[in-house]
Amino acid sequence: MNIENIKSQFPIFLKKINGKPLVYLDSSNSSQKPLSVINRLDEFYKNEFSNIGRSIHSLSVNATNKFDETRMNVKKFINANSKEEIIFTKNATESINLVAATFGQQHIKKGDEILITELEHHSNYVPWHYLRESKGAVIKFAPINDDGDVIIEEFEKLITSKTKIIAVTHLSNVTGTIVPVKEIIDIAHKKKIPVLVDGCQSAPHIKIDVKDLDCDFYAISCHKVYGPTGVGILYAKKKWLEQLPPYIGGGGMISEVKKDKISYAQLPEKYEAGTMPTAEVVAFNESIKFMDSIGIENLIEHEQKLTNYALDKLRSINSVKIVGNPKNKAGVISFSIKGIHPHDIATILDEDGVAIRAGHHCCQILHERLNLNATARASFGIYNTKEDVDILCNAIENCRKVFDLK
Amino acid sequence: MDLKELYQDIILEHGKSPRNFGKCLGHNHEAKGHNPLCGDQVQIYLKLNTKQKVEELTFEGSGCAISMASTSIMTELVKGKSVNCAKNIIDEFLNMIKSGSEIKTKDLTDDQKIKIMSLSGVKQYPMRVKCATLSWHTLVSAMDGNKKEINTETIE
Repeated sequence: MNIENIKSQFPIFLKKINGKPLVYLDSSNSSQKPLSVINRLDEFYKNEFSNIGRSIHSLSVNATNKFDETRMNVKKFINANSKEEIIFTKNATESINLVAATFGQQHIKKGDEILITELEHHSNYVPWHYLRESKGAVIKFAPINDDGDVIIEEFEKLITSKTKIIAVTHLSNVTGTIVPVKEIIDIAHKKKIPVLVDGCQSAPHIKIDVKDLDCDFYAISCHKVYGPTGVGILYAKKKWLEQLPPYIGGGGMISEVKKDKISYAQLPEKYEAGTMPTAEVVAFNESIKFMDSIGIENLIEHEQKLTNYALDKLRSINSVKIVGNPKNKAGVISFSIKGIHPHDIATILDEDGVAIRAGHHCCQILHERLNLNATARASFGIYNTKEDVDILCNAIENCRKVFDLK
Repeated sequence: MDLKELYQDIILEHGKSPRNFGKCLGHNHEAKGHNPLCGDQVQIYLKLNTKQKVEELTFEGSGCAISMASTSIMTELVKGKSVNCAKNIIDEFLNMIKSGSEIKTKDLTDDQKIKIMSLSGVKQYPMRVKCATLSWHTLVSAMDGNKKEINTETIE
């Protein structure tokens, strides 16, 4: 596979940052977009735009078909059973909120327990906290070890007869830990507890097979999978979507509306109220085609090699410390440099065209657990190369020089 | 943009060994500042005498080189000044960071002006302005004694 060729599909890399070529190492935050996706948005707005599902005219029929085509391809992409199980949302955050709100409304009573882990992003904690506030639910945090791995035995011990749902990330956006969610789901299902998987970080980097995982819910943000902003996916088993109440009310999600009663639309429309991000959903089809054109095995191999190369190189730099050392790690590397605050690192790296993230990455619980205030994070996408890693390491050396570190 | 303008030697030096760090004895005012975006925390301890003069001014907290240096320099410059005079210096500092205006006050010596102006490079880095200004806003809160925690997301 020729990675340079892949990079050339992303117009942003023609841009110079502070006069230097862009080294984009913030894909965990959001990925860059290939030209095919950008062109599809443009083309749809120029020649095909119409709202979907409401009108009989040709444009609307075409838009509806294209929208549906993406849904079919998402179904294939994650190996769901049917397209009714694919709900389009705004992002993974909204997907998780949808589940927390509707599942909470139907199944959570005072004293019921929700089990999450110390690795979770705020978006897989705050929606459950709402249930703690509104219903008196109890949130338990499964502990991790210093390597950043969830301690499965401890996790199992925290499951009680009051545990109503388990929500866990598939891939940590700080440590890069690939969580053994299949094992967790097996444990949970033996006790008849449903599991939500936050797949925000995993979807662009590892193979997703919801049938094999047997998860009850799976949340994805399309903008991290080389797609447009404003689109997320909620996969849910059909039995849940049929049983749970609707979330956002409005046009498109109803079947019949009377003064005294309202009935709701079939799946998946039941959960897609109002005008959807039509062009963005249509364009996301190109993102899936892009992922398919590379092939998930090739993608994993490339990113794994790059991650190992980066880890070796970063570890050889004096005073650089990598956060966590999980058993299975994807291309997310958080680090600190003794004597330099992450914000100073990010500012100095930017001068060399290197884009990283600094802060707590929406994981305050995890940073507190690891006794860190903030960290610097380099995260990879399919377009990154060993040369990018070399430039990163040189920029870190420059940081050390600015701060006069020995 | 020039990194050397942002990370001047004086800033690196104050960042590494901040002055007036720790809790001062006999403080009668204190205030907390927080930048939720990056997790920076600062706690200001202030001792005002009966004539409303800053007798002691120290701080605790953690943050980047810019925020530590900015706070350290602030404590040096404000110590010994009256509250009115301190507020004037704070205003001039904030205006310098936001709009690049000059430091005109007669309450600072030329050496002190050079020190405060070493922070002016921050203006070129909009994402870093809050690192530099958090403790100055927090000091105002401490002087006013209104017990309000300063949060960078809620100040202008």
